[in-house]
Amino acid sequence: MLRSAIEAGADSVYCGLRDETNARNFPGLNFSAAELADSVAFAHQRAAKVLVAVNTFARAGATDAWRRAVDTAVAAGADALIAADLAVLAYARDQHPGLRLHLSVQAAANSADAIAFYAANYGVRRVVLPRVLSAQEVAALVGEAPVEVEAFVFGGLCVMAEGRCALSSYATGRSPNLSGVCSPPEAVSFDRSGGALTPRLAGLAIDRFEAGETTGYPTLCKGRFSTAQGEGYLFEEPVSLNAMGLLKALRAAGVRAVKIEGRQRGKAYVARVAAAFRGAIDALERGEETAPFEKLLTDLAEGGRETAGAYRKVWR
Amino acid sequence: MNQEPLSLTLGPLLFNWPAAAMLDFYRSIAQASGIDRVYLGEVVCGKRAPLLEAAQVEAADILERSGKQVVWSTPSLPITRRERASAQDLIRTGGLIELNDISGLPGIQAGASFVAGPFLNIYNEAAAAELVRLGCRRLCPNVELSLQAIAAIHAACPELELELFSFGRLPLALSGRCHHAHLHRLQRDGCQFVCERDPDGLAVETLEGDGFLALNGVMTMSQGVQVLDVSVDDLRTAGIGALRLSPHSGDMAGVVAAYRRFADGAIDAAGLLAELPPSCLPGPPVSGYLAGAAGMRAAGRA
Repeated sequence: MLRSAIEAGADSVYCGLRDETNARNFPGLNFSAAELADSVAFAHQRAAKVLVAVNTFARAGATDAWRRAVDTAVAAGADALIAADLAVLAYARDQHPGLRLHLSVQAAANSADAIAFYAANYGVRRVVLPRVLSAQEVAALVGEAPVEVEAFVFGGLCVMAEGRCALSSYATGRSPNLSGVCSPPEAVSFDRSGGALTPRLAGLAIDRFEAGETTGYPTLCKGRFSTAQGEGYLFEEPVSLNAMGLLKALRAAGVRAVKIEGRQRGKAYVARVAAAFRGAIDALERGEETAPFEKLLTDLAEGGRETAGAYRKVWR
Repeated sequence: MNQEPLSLTLGPLLFNWPAAAMLDFYRSIAQASGIDRVYLGEVVCGKRAPLLEAAQVEAADILERSGKQVVWSTPSLPITRRERASAQDLIRTGGLIELNDISGLPGIQAGASFVAGPFLNIYNEAAAAELVRLGCRRLCPNVELSLQAIAAIHAACPELELELFSFGRLPLALSGRCHHAHLHRLQRDGCQFVCERDPDGLAVETLEGDGFLALNGVMTMSQGVQVLDVSVDDLRTAGIGALRLSPHSGDMAGVVAAYRRFADGAIDAAGLLAELPPSCLPGPPVSGYLAGAAGMRAAGRA
């Protein structure tokens, strides 16, 4: 997967270790220490970078595992560490002063004031922006932020502020902040009755699909629920973020890097999305339009539909 | 172990109540003998703040005159210029404040102290130690934390006062968008303050009718109501010195009285559950997080 992304034109690839220290702690994803070192070597041969995410919040009484993850990333030759927890940032600052630090979206740094705090206290060099900001807000923030800014442009879309959501643990006991997972697979089950399919999380019905409806992974906040106003999607209909049309604006605003969600995806997906964005960015560099590249990806969207998300303020 | 009695505090009002209702509420709290400290301030939505500011200032005055300590609590998701300025304005007043977003930290002067609210992502003892280094004297742990996790923080930072979120619907998620307004087919910018119609939040059920969540403006909460089902000894062992009660409509004075009796050892956790006034329980009692389980697990099962 990392190799596919680099071969398709990614400048950097972010990844995590195979444990609860990263926010995509799903079975079958992520790297062992040896795989990470091999991947860094592969990337460096091709002038690409590897950014290692140790971006969950260390478990109280067990913070050593997160410290070891930082040490492992450094030993593997990682080009930067992506972190959110003050404990992880402080350890990296104190023990690995040469290590480049990126602030994870899980840190929920929504404002220049928050970014300034992380820059001043931990030497953070880049911040990954939460997906709650509009393009205008991104531009204003880049102007004020004392560090580089990276923005998500393609992939799943959290409807909540990242790092500020405990819906999953309320139902299942596990959540992004506590354990690096949202709507964890072991809590998911499906019921089929009549023609309908009911996905359940910890036994709770979180949606109901009639025959012929497109189904995706049953993420709690993407489901349908019931209120006094009737039944329907509570937070957002299942759509994917595709901000390719805003690349030009993001670039003009001073955004330094754009991020494509690649984990929990297949190699073919990663290669196609990376290649399309590589093409679009190169087109911008030549002073051309990105339009020809925008249509390349529409069939990859969750539920077949996509959105520019909060970047275009629609119903804030 | 701290042997002073557990104190009771009233957390910031998370719901959007009309100014008059809010003032009536704080007048009754001013008369309640069980509460030592009250947090004020609009922490959920920056749009609500200007409408309620005068009433909040008046409430502070009433509470302080009756001997309660008032602590101002800052916005939990400040994005707009106004929301950001609001935190900085509170910091500049020089009184003790509760920070609910990391963006407030640069405004804290060296040597000044602050309270860290439950919206900060402090999940372990090393992160807590970082805040202590920056002047944090009291922490209301994130609601996801178990009592065991809180005990680990206490062991490493014994000087840090710990105040446990002990009653009320749990604040679970924050969003830049208002799902409450969206449900009424309104945009946040023209929301007509529809969240005011639901003084304890808008109930959300599964398609099969199971109670689950509650919408409160840009905040999503639990439908279940957090209550304590552990012993006072367990709380003390974890280093907890204060119990935070989150305001709800209904007989909140009755909630205060029941928690006061629990904290004083007059009743145990089962007694507490039995004495809580039903008018203050807009959902079933839950307590799973404290045991490291799913937050919605019913209270009294441990």
